[in-house]
Amino acid sequence: MSANAVPMSQWPSDHRYTIPVAGDQDMVTVTIDDKVVQVPRGQLLIAAAQEHGTYIPRFCWHERMKPVGMCRMCLVEVEGMRGLQISCATPVVDGMVVRTESAPVKAAQDGVLEMLLINHPLDCPVCDRGGECPLQDQTLAFGPGESRYVEEKRHFAKPIPISDLVMLDRERCIQCGRCTRFAAEIAGDALIDFGGRGGHTEVITYPDEPFSSYFSGNTVQICPVGALTAKPYRFRARPWDLDSVETSCQACAVGCRGALDSTSNRLVRLLGVDSEPVNHGWLCDKGRYGYEWVHSEARVRAPGLRRGMELEVTSWPQALDAAAAALRRVRDEHGPGAIGVLGGARGTNEDAYAWARFAKGVLRTDNVDAQLADGLPADVVLGMPRATIADLDRARAIVLLGPDLKEELPVLALRVRRAAVDLGVPLIDVAARDHGLTSSAAHVIRHAPGVVQEAVDQVASIIDGITGDGPVVVVLGRPSVAEPAAATIHAASQLAKSHGARFLSALRRGNVHGALDLGLAPGFLPGRVSLDAGRDHLSATWGGTPDATGFDATGILRAAANGTIKALVLVGCDLLTDFPDRALAREALSAVERVVCVGAFPDDSAERADVFLPTGVWGEQAGTTTNLEGRVSVLRRKITPEGRTMEGWRIAAELAARLGSDWDLETVEEVQDEIAQAAPAFAGVDAALLRRARDGVVLPLADHLDEVTFVPATPGAGVSWEPLRPAADEVGNGEVAAPPAPAVALHTWSMEAPAPAAAPRDSYALRVIAARTLYGNDRVTSESPSLARLATSDARLLVSARDRDRIGVEDGTVVRVTSPRASVELPIHVDRSTPEGFAFLATNRDGAGASDLIDLDAPVTDVRVETLS
Amino acid sequence: MTFTDTERRRAEELVARYPHSKSALLPLLHMAQDRDGYVTTDAMEDIADLLGLTPALVLGTCSFYTMFKREPIGKLVVSVCTNVSCLVNGGPALVEALRTKYADDHDVHVEEVECIAACDQAPVMQVNYEFHGPVTSESATDLIEQYKSGALKARTISGSPT
Amino acid sequence: MAAQETRVVTKFLRERTDDSWTFDAARTHNKAYSALEKAMGMEPAALIDEVTKSGLRGRGGAGFGTGQKWSFLPKDVFPRYLAVNADEGEPATFKDHMLIEKDPHQIVEGSIITSYAIQAHHAFIYLRGEFALGADRLQAAVDDAYANGFLGKNILGSGYDLDLIVHRGAGCYIAGDETGLLSSLEGERAMPRIKPPFPAVQGLYAAPTIVNNVETMSTVPHIVREGGEWYAGMGVNKSTGTRIFSVSGNVERPGNYEIELGVTFRELIDDLAGGVSGGKKLGFFIPGGASSPWLRAEHLDEPLDMDRAAELGTMLGSGAIMVFDETIDPVLVAWRIAKFFAHESCGKCTPCREGSGWLEKVLYRMANGLGRPDDLDLLMGFGNTISPGVTWPPGMTTICQLGPSTMSPTLSLNKYWGEEIRARLAKDADRRTTLQVASA
Ligand SMILES: Cc1cc2nc3c(=O)[nH]c(=O)nc-3n(C[C@H](O)[C@H](O)[C@H](O)COP(=O)(O)O)c2cc1C
Ligand code: SF4
Ligand code: FES
Repeated sequence: MSANAVPMSQWPSDHRYTIPVAGDQDMVTVTIDDKVVQVPRGQLLIAAAQEHGTYIPRFCWHERMKPVGMCRMCLVEVEGMRGLQISCATPVVDGMVVRTESAPVKAAQDGVLEMLLINHPLDCPVCDRGGECPLQDQTLAFGPGESRYVEEKRHFAKPIPISDLVMLDRERCIQCGRCTRFAAEIAGDALIDFGGRGGHTEVITYPDEPFSSYFSGNTVQICPVGALTAKPYRFRARPWDLDSVETSCQACAVGCRGALDSTSNRLVRLLGVDSEPVNHGWLCDKGRYGYEWVHSEARVRAPGLRRGMELEVTSWPQALDAAAAALRRVRDEHGPGAIGVLGGARGTNEDAYAWARFAKGVLRTDNVDAQLADGLPADVVLGMPRATIADLDRARAIVLLGPDLKEELPVLALRVRRAAVDLGVPLIDVAARDHGLTSSAAHVIRHAPGVVQEAVDQVASIIDGITGDGPVVVVLGRPSVAEPAAATIHAASQLAKSHGARFLSALRRGNVHGALDLGLAPGFLPGRVSLDAGRDHLSATWGGTPDATGFDATGILRAAANGTIKALVLVGCDLLTDFPDRALAREALSAVERVVCVGAFPDDSAERADVFLPTGVWGEQAGTTTNLEGRVSVLRRKITPEGRTMEGWRIAAELAARLGSDWDLETVEEVQDEIAQAAPAFAGVDAALLRRARDGVVLPLADHLDEVTFVPATPGAGVSWEPLRPAADEVGNGEVAAPPAPAVALHTWSMEAPAPAAAPRDSYALRVIAARTLYGNDRVTSESPSLARLATSDARLLVSARDRDRIGVEDGTVVRVTSPRASVELPIHVDRSTPEGFAFLATNRDGAGASDLIDLDAPVTDVRVETLS
Repeated sequence: MTFTDTERRRAEELVARYPHSKSALLPLLHMAQDRDGYVTTDAMEDIADLLGLTPALVLGTCSFYTMFKREPIGKLVVSVCTNVSCLVNGGPALVEALRTKYADDHDVHVEEVECIAACDQAPVMQVNYEFHGPVTSESATDLIEQYKSGALKARTISGSPT
Repeated sequence: MAAQETRVVTKFLRERTDDSWTFDAARTHNKAYSALEKAMGMEPAALIDEVTKSGLRGRGGAGFGTGQKWSFLPKDVFPRYLAVNADEGEPATFKDHMLIEKDPHQIVEGSIITSYAIQAHHAFIYLRGEFALGADRLQAAVDDAYANGFLGKNILGSGYDLDLIVHRGAGCYIAGDETGLLSSLEGERAMPRIKPPFPAVQGLYAAPTIVNNVETMSTVPHIVREGGEWYAGMGVNKSTGTRIFSVSGNVERPGNYEIELGVTFRELIDDLAGGVSGGKKLGFFIPGGASSPWLRAEHLDEPLDMDRAAELGTMLGSGAIMVFDETIDPVLVAWRIAKFFAHESCGKCTPCREGSGWLEKVLYRMANGLGRPDDLDLLMGFGNTISPGVTWPPGMTTICQLGPSTMSPTLSLNKYWGEEIRARLAKDADRRTTLQVASA
C-alpha cells in the first residue's frame, strides 16, 4: 500500500474531471455567437452561455453534477480548436470565440438526435414526460424530420419497477447517466448503475435489491426522457393541465424549495427547485411524495365536540365557544398556570405566532412548548451562534453531534456529504453508532451514549490540526431520545468556547425553528427574546405577558399528571406517539380535565379531546416557514381545502376574541406585518420583503442581508430538469433599505452547560440508542399511500451480531426487553451499525417500544434482554 | 457459496496489492469465477462487501466484461474467432460446426469471439483460454474431447492454471 | 535482394524458442536486466533524454513520441504511476501476445526502467484477460524479478522502490484505450474519459500516469543499452528504429516480422510473409489494424513510415497488416469489422453507441445481397454524425477514437469501390421483395 496515494474522497469525480476553481474576481472575456461576455475563468462553457442567454441543448449535463460528456448533444465550435467540442466539459479561457449555431454545429445536433431516436420507442402519447420532455422539445427545435432508420429497434420488457416508487422503461432510456451519477455522486448510494456494454447498455439494479434510496425521486426529476417515472405520479396528469406554485417543503426542517403542482384541486406532484443556499434542487422521497397525506380520508374536516364517548361534528361557532369557555373556566378557577399549550412545530410561522400570542398574551400562561422532550432546550437553540447551510461548503471542519441526518434531515445529509466528499471539508463524525454519513467522514469517533467528554477532546485536537479560515460548523441535535440532551449540549458548549464553533440546528419537525423563534417555548417571547427581556416590548402590542416562566413539555405533562395543570391545548401533536415517555403522556392525558385539540388527524390523543378544531395543512395554507438555519421562506397555497377547516392562526385569533382580545388580523400578510413589528428578530421581515426574497430571509436579517436575492420567486421557475436562471435584466433592483435593528437585544446562549454525571455501566445490560427513521408511523408516511408501503411499522431491537449470539437467539426471535421503567417484548435483529453493548430502537414505530422503556429522568436507558421460555 | 476464511484472506491479499481497494474488483471476480465456474450472486455480494461497494456497482462492472459469465456455462468455454483474419480462413464455418456438435453438451460452451491476437494461426480456437490453431472442425473436436476426458489438462473457466 | 527482418526486440525470442521466457535463459543468454543495471546509474532525466533522442514512438497505435509523453508529467506531483498496456485487442494484431509469452523479462525490465525514469513506485501491466499462458509467464517473470532484487524495495541497492502488478483484464477491447484502461484498472466499467486532462496529468487514481504499450516497453532496454542515437540511426524520417508488424489474412506465411521502418509494404508482404496465398492476386490490405482505412495494390511500394501513412489517408496504427486476396468481398470485411466495433463500443457516446449498431445492420444487409439502393450513401450520411466529414484523419464527435474508427471501412468502400457497390445495390434492390434483416 502506498501511503501517499491520493485518497479516493479527493478524486475529482467518478470520471475525475477537474474543473479549475474560479476565483470570484477572476473574470475572462468570451465571445458567444458574437456576443461578448464576461464570465468566471474556468466556468464550463455550457453554463457560461446559459447565464448569458444562450441555451445549448444537452441531455447528460446537469448543473449540479460533474460533466461526463456522454450524450454529445452540446457540441459547439470553438475557434482555434480542431473539430467540435462538448461545451459541457470545456472550461472557458480568455479570448475564446464560440459558435453555438453554425452549420456544423446544427448538423452535429441533428445527427445526435437522429441517433438518440433510432432506438427510442416514440411512445410520447402515453409517456408521463410527454409535453415536458427535453428529447421531444429538442427534436422539435433541433431535430431531423424523419428517421432513416428502418431496422428493428432495441427491445426490453416495458416498464419494470426498480423500487416501490420508481419504474424504469429501458426502451426510452437515452443512457445519459444522470440517474446513475446522481445515485453515486450526490446521494452516495449507488443502488443503480449501468450494466452491459455498447448498444446493450441498460440501467440496472442488483437482483433483489431495489433502488430503495431515500432520494430516488430526484432521478425521476432529472431524467431527460420518460425512462424513469414515479409510481405516485404515473398517468395522473398531463403537464399542460398542471399549474404550479413555488413553496417550501415542510416534511422536515431543511425546508427544501419545491414547485407544487395540482390538477382539479388535487396535489399531484412536488418537484425540487434549485435554491443555492438550501437544497440545490434536490428533495428526499418523503418530502417529494408526502403531499399525498393532504388528501387522506382520515383527515378531520369539520370541528368536533365531545358528547359522551363520541366527538360529534359541530359548527365552528359552537366549537370555538366551547373551547374558549373551557379554557376560560380553567384559567379563572386555577390561574393561567393551569393551562399548558403543546405543539405547534408543524404549522406556519403565522400559526406559531398566533398560538404564542394566544397562550402568552391572552391566557398568560408560559407553559408552552413546541418541542416534545425530543429536541434541545430553547435557551440553546435560540441563543447559539448560528451557521447557515451554505457555511458547510466553506467550513474548516464539520462536526456531527446529533441524529442520523440521512434519517431525519435527508437533504441536509446530501449537503454535508457534498462538503465532505466534493469540497474536501473534513467531516468529524461523533456518534454512538454508524449512520448514513459515516462513510463520508474523515474522522469517526465513537462513544457510549451519554459519555462524550473523551470524544470532544479528540474532536478538539483534530480541529487544531486543520488549517483554514472557515468556521467550525457543528451540526447539533439529539443523537438519541433515550438520554437527555445534557451530554451533547455540554460538548457543544466546549466547542463553542474553544473553537468558536457555529451551530446548525438538527431539530427535525417541519417548522420547529419557526415555532421556537415565535415564542412557543417556555421562558421566551416571539423574536428570540427571553420572557424577561421582551416583556415590555411585547406587552405593548399584546396588552400583557405571563408573570412567571413556565414548564417545558416534560414539566407540563408532569404537572398535568399531578393535577396542577388542568387543561391542555394540543396543537398538531400526538402525545402518545410523539412524546418519548408514553406512560407519562398517558397519565397526563387521563388526569387533565380539559383537552382542546387543534390538528388535522384524529390521533390517539384526540380520543381525550373535548373539542377538536381542524386546521388546514401544507398546500392549503399560505404563510411562511423557518428552516433549521433560521431561513424564513414563503409557503404558498395551492389548493382549496376540502371540508370546513380553518387556518391555525385564525383559530387562535377566534379563540382570543372569545376571551376578550380582538387582534384585528384579517390576512396572513397582516400577521406577517405584525410579526415584523412585534418579534424583535423579525425586524424588517414583513410581507413585502418576503414576497421579493427569492431564497427567503435568514434571521436576523441584518446579519444576512447580502445573502438575500431580491427577485420575486417566480412560480415554477427552475423546476424543469434544467433550471434556467432569469436573465440579468429580469433581476429586480437589488436595493433594499437597511433593515431596522431589533427593538430588544436578542437572546444569546451563555454556553454554560455542566457535564452530566457518568452513568455506571451494567455489563449485562445493553444501552439503548433511540431515534427516528425516515419512514415510520408518522402521519406523513402512514397517510401517504406511496410512502406507507416503505415503512416498517413494527418495532425491533437492533443489536450487534455478538450480542445477539451472546443472548443465544436467532434473528427475528421475540425477546423480553426490560428497562427500569417497563418490560416489553420485541423481535431482535442483527444490525451492523450498532456496536457491541448497545441496542438501537426506532422511536417512530407502532406498539410497545422505546417510549415505554425510556425514563426521562435517567441519564441513560439500559435494558436487559431475556429469551422467552 | 460465500468466501471461506482462506478465500477471504486471499482476497484481502489481492486488495492489499493496490493503492485503492476498488482496483481489486476484476481480480476478485476472476477468483470467484475460478472457484464457481461463473460469477455467482453470492460472490458479487461478498466482493461488494469486501470492497465497500454496492452490489449494483459490482454487477455493473462485471456485466461490462465478456469473460465474466453470470450463469453456469459448463466446464469448458470454447472461444472461436471469426474476426477478419479468421473470417477468410474458415472461422465462421468452424464455429458453426462446433456449435452444432456441442449443442446439447452442457459441459461445453461454444462462443464466437472477437480477434484473440493469434491471427497467424487462423482459424484460432481457445479452450478455457488455451490457444489452438490453426484448427479444423475435426482437430478442434478432437482437442475438446481430450480436455473433456482429462487427457489435456484444462484451465479454469477464467483461464487460471489448475 | 529480398528484404530482411532487423531483429532487435524479437532477436532473443527467435533464437531460443524453447526457453526464452525463463529467467535463466534471459539472464544468461540475453543479458536481461543489464540495461536496468545501467539505468540505475543514470539520472531519471537523463533516461528520458535518451529515449527522446531515440525518436521512439509509441507502438500501441497512436504513435506518440515516448520520451515526449514522459516529459509531460507535471513537475513535483506525486505519486505517479506507470500502466503498461498489454491489452492487445486491435483485430489482427498479435505482436504483444508474442512478446508477452516469449520474452516477458524484456517487458518487465523496460517497465522497471520506465518507472524509474518517471519516478513511479507503482507500475501495473494491464494484461488482456484472454492471455492465460501470457499471464502465467508474465507473473513468473515478475516473481523472478522480485526474487533477484530487480523489483521491490531498494532495487539493486539504489534506494529506489517499485512494485509491479500484473493485472488481468476480462474481455473488452475498449480497455485498450489508455483512459478506458485506467477506468478498468480502477475497478470500473472500462469507459474512456474526457481528455484533457490527459493521463500524464491526471490518470490512475487522479495522479499523473504514463500509459505505454508492451512493444514500447520492450524497446526501452535496447535504447538504454545501446543509446538513443543508435536507435535513431535505424528507420526512416521520423519513424525511427524497428517495429514488429503482424501480417495475416490471405498470405503464405502469416506471422510477426520485425523490420526497420521504411521497408515497403511489398517487401513485407511478398518477401517476408510469402505473398498472397494460393498464388492469387491482392485485393486490398489493411495497414494498421481494423481501425485504419484500407490500401490497395497501388500502395504496395509505399514505405512503412508513420507520417507517410498519414499522407495516404491511413495509419500504421497497431502494426497489423491484413491481406485479402482478389476473391474476398470488401463489403463482407467491412461488415465484420463493423460487427466488431458494435460489440466493443463501450456505449458512452451516443454516436458510437447507436451508430456502430446501425452501421453493422446496414452493412450486414449489403454484404448479404439484401442492400437498398441508397445504402452506401446512407452510411456516408449518418457516418457524418460519428465522424464529421468521413475522412482521415477523422473528425470526432466522440470521446475516444473508437467512434470515428468505425467509419474507416465505409470510408474505404466508398473511396475504392463506390461505383461498383452502388451498381450492386441497385441489383439487390431488384431482387429484394420484403426485407426482414435480423440483427446478427
Ligand atoms: C479503442 C482503442 C483501443 C486501443 N487498444 C490498444 C491496445 O490494445 N494496446 C495498446 O497498446 N494500445 C491500444 N490503444 C492505444 C492506447 O490508447 C495508447 O495510445 C497506448 O497504449 C499508448 O502507448 P504507446 O504510447 O506506447 O503506444 C488503443 C486505443 C484506442 C482508442
Ligand atoms: S467513442 Fe465509443 S468506445 Fe469511445 S468512449 Fe465513446 S462510446 Fe465509448
Ligand atoms: S455531452 Fe455535453 S451535455 Fe451531454
